[in-house]
Amino acid sequence: MDGQPAGDAEERSAATDAERRSMAREAEPRPRGQETAQRPVGPEAEGRPVGREAQPRSVARTARHGPLLPAGLAAAVVAGLAAAPLFLAPFATTTLTRILVFALLAVSLDLLVGVSGLPSLGHAAYFGAGAYAAGWISIHTTSAVPLPLLAGAATGALAAAATGWVAVRAHGVYFLMLTLALGELLHQLAQTWDSVTGGANGMAAIPSAELGGEPLRLAGYVYWYVLAAALLGFLTLWLVARSPYGAALRGIRDNEPRMRALGYPTRIYKYAAFVLAGAVAGAAGGLLAAQERLVTPADLGFTTAALALLAVVIGGAGSLWGAALGAALVILVRDVIGPDLDGHGTLLLGVVFIAVVYLLPRGAAGLVRRRGR
Amino acid sequence: MILNCTGLHKHFGALRAVDDVTLTVAAGARHALIGPNGAGKSTLFKLITGLLRPDAGRVELAGRDVTRETEVRRCRLGMSQTLQHASLFPSMTAAENIALAVQRHTGGRIRPVPRRQPHVHDRAAQLLARVGLADRGRVQVAALSHGERKQLELALALACDPRLLLLDEPAAGMSTAERTHLAALITDLPASVTVLFVEHDLDLVFELADTVTALHLGKILTTGTPQHIRASDAVRRAYLGTADREELFR
Repeated sequence: MDGQPAGDAEERSAATDAERRSMAREAEPRPRGQETAQRPVGPEAEGRPVGREAQPRSVARTARHGPLLPAGLAAAVVAGLAAAPLFLAPFATTTLTRILVFALLAVSLDLLVGVSGLPSLGHAAYFGAGAYAAGWISIHTTSAVPLPLLAGAATGALAAAATGWVAVRAHGVYFLMLTLALGELLHQLAQTWDSVTGGANGMAAIPSAELGGEPLRLAGYVYWYVLAAALLGFLTLWLVARSPYGAALRGIRDNEPRMRALGYPTRIYKYAAFVLAGAVAGAAGGLLAAQERLVTPADLGFTTAALALLAVVIGGAGSLWGAALGAALVILVRDVIGPDLDGHGTLLLGVVFIAVVYLLPRGAAGLVRRRGR
Repeated sequence: MILNCTGLHKHFGALRAVDDVTLTVAAGARHALIGPNGAGKSTLFKLITGLLRPDAGRVELAGRDVTRETEVRRCRLGMSQTLQHASLFPSMTAAENIALAVQRHTGGRIRPVPRRQPHVHDRAAQLLARVGLADRGRVQVAALSHGERKQLELALALACDPRLLLLDEPAAGMSTAERTHLAALITDLPASVTVLFVEHDLDLVFELADTVTALHLGKILTTGTPQHIRASDAVRRAYLGTADREELFR
């Protein structure tokens, strides 16, 4: 994971040659006990406690690129997405809705896979659990807008909380197998618990989501509802990934024993990430129920989980937005190009996956990173 | 006494890696552990840091029994370590590595909300400067030299504000210049930081340590001042199988 493109590394060492030299000067022996009391540097030194100004702060900060470009890009994408139903046919709008739902699932999975280093093959279980819960609430209680969504998120979180404590004790491939088993377990449960889930037939005839007493029937309205909720989900995950807690998760991904030696209770951190990812996946399930108005056991089966993992890898694990792009690609190939290939969409996905692994080892997000740094 | 190990045993099958070791480290000491390969130094270290549980015996940190505590808890109680092979976060820059250690030990809870943490960045920059990596903060760990990684790891350990600092072969693989810098750094540590270190370079041991414990085949041979160790026949025999002082200490 730490492999940098060779050219990049050379560039960097050339750029820091001067710094090396100045470091060498600094390494000269100093009188004992004075190593923190460095020479005052420029105006910065004035009025600040000794030792504080030793380093320009910017060195410690990680200024990857100016904040303006990504912010502008994000705003443009959001505006484009918001305006999309005004220009698209209903079918295209529905596809875009499906992409958003799946993207939220993939991005929540990326918090586990890419940020925390927990490759889960059972993440669809929490997605499906959320979808069933949202459907059930819509049928039996109310489909007034935030409620089914919240029920989905809560159920996803609960299911993840109940199963995650076992999962986060395992590492690497064992974690993968354990989550696969947990996912299959919930899949079986969905298939056999007829009275609640409708068994293999699925939960059908879920009423439309309602906003202010009015059902959202038009594809465009459903889309806007899904878009708003998904953006909220993306924002939550993005904030978490950028926080000190997110940095700790990346530390665990890189070197868990070291994190423990630094005093981080890593298992609790991983568990919290697992539950959060489960909650967001559950919310995505809630959106699925609102959009498809049908939930089947396949929605929490292995195929869905594997496709989500595929989306994360294609997009570039760890970047979050890359996972969203990967999800778009997966849905486009499966639902738009697939039908024209006599149902061989999965085959094409396989080919795309192999191509990505060979050509872009860090996924789509790796392309930008290479140029940006 | 900052560290009190009593009757520590650790066996791997028939191998008695640590065999009834009782070791006391005085507060403020610069205490070295020496011994030939296989003497049990690394295992003893792991028992002290909590990476391994002893089969018998107890470990006390500042009078508190920590034998059953995890390494996470021991770190929170003021124990901090560097490993023989620099153990860092390879996908991050040097500054990000230190910030990760600093944020755990200054500035309260780790929250899932982005926030500016000027004190964390200041402290990280200060620590970088202290270990001689002032201008290397933005460099990816993968691009650091071996010696620089060891310096960075020391900064990570110092970021925990330790009372007891455990260094496992801190100078292994370092250049002469880096070694000199490391020696100065350890010498300059305040007396509130006790240092217990394993080192093969006996010159460095005798330069830094005020107390030396020699281990052999899992048992303590002797503990004493550097002069005492230099004069000890048992230590010479353990190292060389001979009591000829010239061969070992030049």
